[in-house]
Formats: sequence, structure tokens, C-alpha cells
Amino acid sequence: MDALVNKRIKQVLKGDQNAYADIVNLYQHKLYQVCFRMLGNKQEAEDIAQEAFIRAYINLHSYDQNRKFSTWLYRIGTNLCIDRIRKKKPDYYLDAEVAGTEGLDMYSQIAADEQSPEAAVEQMELQDRIQYEISRLPDKYRSVIVLKYIEELSLQEISEILDMPLGTVKTRIHRGREALRKQLNNL
Amino acid sequence: MKTCASKFVDYMHEYLDGDISREHEQSLKQHLQTCPDCQQHMHELSDTVAFIKSAAHITAPPSFEEQVISRLPKRKNSVGIKRWFRQHPLLMAAALFCLFMSATVLGSFPNDNQFSVTKKPNIVVEGQTVTVPAGEVVKGDIVVKNGDIIIEGEVDGNVTVINGNYMASTAVVTGQVEEIDEMFEWLWFKIKDGFNNLMAVFSNK
Ligand SMILES: [Zn+2]
Repeated sequence: MDALVNKRIKQVLKGDQNAYADIVNLYQHKLYQVCFRMLGNKQEAEDIAQEAFIRAYINLHSYDQNRKFSTWLYRIGTNLCIDRIRKKKPDYYLDAEVAGTEGLDMYSQIAADEQSPEAAVEQMELQDRIQYEISRLPDKYRSVIVLKYIEELSLQEISEILDMPLGTVKTRIHRGREALRKQLNNL
Repeated sequence: MKTCASKFVDYMHEYLDGDISREHEQSLKQHLQTCPDCQQHMHELSDTVAFIKSAAHITAPPSFEEQVISRLPKRKNSVGIKRWFRQHPLLMAAALFCLFMSATVLGSFPNDNQFSVTKKPNIVVEGQTVTVPAGEVVKGDIVVKNGDIIIEGEVDGNVTVINGNYMASTAVVTGQVEEIDEMFEWLWFKIKDGFNNLMAVFSNK
């Protein structure tokens, strides 16, 4: 996959804009998912994920092809998400509630096809709740928890994406897990 | 609730990260067998991880790719062409020469002495003298051929006088004022004009 990506990147750098469509196609779901989990809102997630792809395109000449493209792209995306979260901090709790509704809508669409209504309701509540709990995490824990448990990335990759030492990533994951644990206990 | 050495909680997290040493793992296991509180803590942490891992996969909306592509900035041709001209002055001279020799430029050479002026609603023409009266604002460029221009009001644009004089005291002209007398200068004016048009064509791409 990396070979294909590097080939497409070279084509884009030579001026072939269409080659970028393949890159977007390969990474769109991963990046959108991170943005959705970070922001808890479909519209914002779409906006920020698109913005990340556009910034990556504009700055493609500065991407080091010896490193993983996904790491670089995630880095652009998470930075944009963190900026967005910090800008809207005052209505933090309001957003968390909106986030729950979004998850519900989305999941009910997926669930309707393959599950019984009862199971769908049960699942819906769980999905609703997961997004709500993620949204309640302070942003410095939210990003590491999302990258580790939703995207299933290695601690090393997370440290590159967030540009922080491995030790800091570990500490944040530990604290993030503890914060989540307390949230779940204080039901 | 009794408080255990915090190292055991650290070991729990090391265990969950999958990078616990054999020594720490041994020590944690032994402690958990004898300490219900830490057992409970470990249990809750495992549940927390299971909970977050059960998050459904989320996919981007179907139109996502298309929308990104449509939002990509278009390649800036004008920058490339301007740079190309700067790097190839000889070719630029050749391009200008072609323009210089082209029928439109030569055909428009003022080979008569006839007076002419750009049509504007609020200018006064007397004989071969054009006046922009005080208090009037003329929008756009004015070109006067074989005549003079007196500006007492304002011109929101460029003023070009060919084979004539530009006279102004308190005039306000937002653009450039140019007086052209010689045939060469006329051609040069046309070339610049043509060149700017050429540039405009490229930058509008
Ligand atoms: Zn204990």
C-alpha cells in the first residue's frame, strides 16, 4: 500500500490532480472517523477531515516520503481537531449532548439493516454512550484514547502523530483510561 | 478503602499497554490475589477498555472524496507563466516582437491626426480639448488622441494622452497618467496593453 501511495504522491507532485483522488479514497474513512470521535459532530468532522486533505495536498511537497503517509495525514487532522475543540470550549457540555444524538442517528442507519429492533436499541444506547464519554474527556486525553482504541494505532505511531515523546503518550493514555474509568463509575 | 502502593496501578497500565516486564507482571499478579481493591480497579480498567473498543466503525459520507477534489485549489498558471517570462527574457522579447509586428498593433497606429476621446457621459469636449469639470467623477480609463485634456474633477481610472497635453492643477486621478507623443511610444503603449491583456488571460485561467 505504501508503494502505491508513494507512486500517487509523485503523480500529484508532477501536477496530476486526479491521482490525489486515490489517496483521499484510501484514507477518507480513517481520517473521518478520528475527526468524528474527536469532535462528536458529523458536520464538523466532515469539514475538518476535508480541510485536512486539502492542507495535505497544498503541503504535499513538504511530506517526507520515507515516513508513513498516514502518520503525516493524521497529524494534520488531529491538529485541526484540537484547534477546533479549543476554539469552542465554552459550550463543551452542550456539544457533548449533540454528539450523542449524532451517534444515534448514524448508528440507527447501520443497525437497521442487520439487527433486530431490540438489539438495535441496545446497541444504539451503547454507541450513544461511548461517544458521550469520549466527548467528556479533556482533549489531551481524548486524542490519545481515540488514536489508541478507535484507530488501534501503536504507541510509537501516536507519539509521531502528536509529536510528543513516547513517555508522554503513555502517561496520557494511563490518565485517559483512569478518567474514563471514573466517568463510567459515576453513573 | 485501603490505599496500596501506587506502583500497582502503574503496573496495571503497563499490563494494558502490553509492555509490562516479567518482573512487574509477577509482582502485580501476586498482589491482585491478595488485594480485592486492586482486583476491582484492574477489573474496572479492563471493562473501560472493552467499552471504548466496542465503538462502531464510522465511515465518511459517500460524497466525501468528490467534495475534497472539488475543493482543491486550482493550479496557478499565471504564476508559472510570469516566472517563465522572468527566466527567459530573450523569449519574452521575441514574444513582444511578434506582438509588435502583429496586424492589430500596426493597424491601429494613428496614421491620421484626427481627434478622438473615450466616450464618457460627464466630460465636456470643445474643439480638441477635453475637460473633466470640477465636481464630476469619471469612472474608467480615458484615452485622448490628438487633443488635450484638462482635469478639474476626478478620474477613477488611467488617463492616457496621445499627441497632446495633460493639464491639471487640483485633479484627482486614481490610476496612472501617461502622455504619449512619439510613434515608438504609441507602439510601446500598445505592447504593454497587449501584454497586460495576455497576462490577464493567463491569470483568469
Ligand atoms: Zn492493592
